Amino acid sequence: MTLLAELLSSQIVRTVLTGAAMLGAIAGMLGSFAVLRRQSLLGDALAHAALPGVCLGFLIAGGRDLGSIMAGAFFTGALAALVMMLITRATTLKTDAALGIVLSVFFAVGVVLLTHLQGMGGAASAGLSSFLFGQAAAILRSDLWMMGGVGLVALTLVLAFWKEIKLVSFDADFARAQGFPVTVLEAFLTVMVALAIVVGLQLVGVVLIVALLIAPAAAARQWTNSLGTMVVLSALIGAASGASGALISATTRGLATGPVVVLCASVAVLVSLMLAPGRGLIWQALAARRARAQIGERRILAAMQGLADAHDDARYPSEQGMLTAALGYAPDHQRFAALERRGLIRPVTHPPETTPHWELTPSGHHEAKATRADPRHRPEHPS
Amino acid sequence: MIAAVFDSIPAMILLTGILVGASGALLGSFLVLRGNAMLTDAISHSIVFGIILVWLMTRQLAGPVQLIGAALTGVLTVVLSEALARSKLVKMDAAIGLVFPALFAAGVILISLYARDVHIHVETVLLGEIGFVWLHTVTLWDQRVPVAVVTLAAVLVINLAFVLALWKELKLASFDPGLAAALGFLPGVLHYAILTLTSVTAVAAFDAVGAILFIAFVIVPPATAYLLTRRLWLMVVLAVALSVAACVAGYVLAIHWNVSIAGMMASMTGVWFAIALVCAPQRGLLARAIQAREQRRDHDCRTLVAHLFTHQDTPDMAEENTLRALTGHLGWPVPRARAAILRAHDRALVERRAGLLTLRPKGMAEAEAIFGRSTTVRH
Repeated sequence: MTLLAELLSSQIVRTVLTGAAMLGAIAGMLGSFAVLRRQSLLGDALAHAALPGVCLGFLIAGGRDLGSIMAGAFFTGALAALVMMLITRATTLKTDAALGIVLSVFFAVGVVLLTHLQGMGGAASAGLSSFLFGQAAAILRSDLWMMGGVGLVALTLVLAFWKEIKLVSFDADFARAQGFPVTVLEAFLTVMVALAIVVGLQLVGVVLIVALLIAPAAAARQWTNSLGTMVVLSALIGAASGASGALISATTRGLATGPVVVLCASVAVLVSLMLAPGRGLIWQALAARRARAQIGERRILAAMQGLADAHDDARYPSEQGMLTAALGYAPDHQRFAALERRGLIRPVTHPPETTPHWELTPSGHHEAKATRADPRHRPEHPS
Repeated sequence: MIAAVFDSIPAMILLTGILVGASGALLGSFLVLRGNAMLTDAISHSIVFGIILVWLMTRQLAGPVQLIGAALTGVLTVVLSEALARSKLVKMDAAIGLVFPALFAAGVILISLYARDVHIHVETVLLGEIGFVWLHTVTLWDQRVPVAVVTLAAVLVINLAFVLALWKELKLASFDPGLAAALGFLPGVLHYAILTLTSVTAVAAFDAVGAILFIAFVIVPPATAYLLTRRLWLMVVLAVALSVAACVAGYVLAIHWNVSIAGMMASMTGVWFAIALVCAPQRGLLARAIQAREQRRDHDCRTLVAHLFTHQDTPDMAEENTLRALTGHLGWPVPRARAAILRAHDRALVERRAGLLTLRPKGMAEAEAIFGRSTTVRH
């Protein structure tokens, strides 16, 4: 706690913390739509394509001016999106090839420009490579205002076009049939992704920003089926990842903020994938286990009823070994215990034999009949 | 002679680039055809984690064990992404985008915590240091050879042997995985074999070109070749050739402008692609624009023939079978109408008789073919 208080007393840490949380919220909000539209990797391509723009912005402004760097990044990101569209429309190359081409070639051009700038010398150009992984310490309080402004614009646009965005995210064909300008809306959403990337460049860098677009959204998706809740949750998860990543990296010297933020978001995804009610892997495993137990119990009931019918004796004492023979496998003891607990069967003795025997109770008979009548789980008839 | 080549730094840098390009393009051809190109992106990022992990365990960067150990992370990424997608919790694209940034971020953190200024610099991870490959050499047959060249040459031989030995299987699995599976050719095994080799190649190329530029060498030349030919063997050969050409051109330009060599080589693959995209015979943007124009003109010509046929030998022929009718009734601009008439005239479909456009026998036949066909459709 004292460590936390000490960290928060630092002006730089507070600035970075606010910036990272804001970025996480913006990227989380805008990433939701990219993930739903299965365009997660477009974010990766656009982020890598921002590198030449960063260098161009630097070149034109003649220094590290965040405004022109952001504008440059936005410009090449948008250009990359256009080239992507051209390649997928004009050739038979698959989307992933187009993504790979745009990503790697734009990045390569960025690397060339970067080395060109570094070759030109000047102390400021050394800071350019921080755009690869981000450099949180370089962030200024005035940058926060710019980030906040971009975030506010994005939020306003999302709210203003909520219905249209929702429709395009889930059923673009239907939207087109209804006469919505789907291409314009898709371009709009792509621009929003580029916007989120531009905001995150300084903090997280071009290489890892894609994780901040995808991870919060993928985590949020596990907890809800409503778009509104998902977007809000995604923004919250993004903000929390950003804030905790910034704090953790502030505790250790030389720990870049970007990768730590990404790891925090990844942890959020992992937790969500495991624990999310209904969808999560643990829930799935539990549900599968329950289903297996239920089927096992129903099969025992059905086998016992079969034996009772065959002997024309409703209280026929089925021997456990006999049930094994009838089912073709040895049922788990827990199944008998569970059935007994539910009052469907009860243990009986059948002297002089000493092995365990079971008989169906009246409610057991009822249950077995009901199960057999239900076409959804008609058991195999024990022969 | 050989000694002179191996002692020349430019020759070594070029050779390294060419080896990366050739081995990448060999595998990339199949990745592009199968629609797995973005898995290269995932693999090349996440091997960073493998490389640093292996380095922390063995304190050694080069060597077969290190190579395979680091390559396993690449395969692991693909396996994890596919498992995640199969769980239906996230889609495949998001699954890829979740797994590799996490591994990459972990790798970068490990580097900055434990390997700072030792061997791996964070920037090198992304950009490579092809200019310095000659610093680390081994002695082979009394000749000092860069380690990277030896490793990459071995990888190229393996990739080449793989592609040649399994040519038929790769071809089948790339174009019809369903049939390949039905015939028992195990396309799934082949899929992982390609990805494992891609991963090994990425690790071997890592020192020279870094994690991201490698993607350009794998995807872009094969995609360029894909635009130029429809034959698989020609595509693979072209991909390798384009890759080599990009390395040579990139090297020359990089030296000239004093910029990143690997970056310029990768940029050149993009230049080839742009040229092919615009100029490729049959599938390039230009060729397709020309085709579209030809088709439009052919269509105008057929419309003209049909129009004349409808009014030929009817009372309104004097009004309809004129240039003015084409501009007035069909709404064609004058140049378009003129071009259609000229084209029809050149093909001996129409002639001007007594100031009126009249169908010649060949034109009549064509019109009958047009209407005949449409009447058969109607009945």
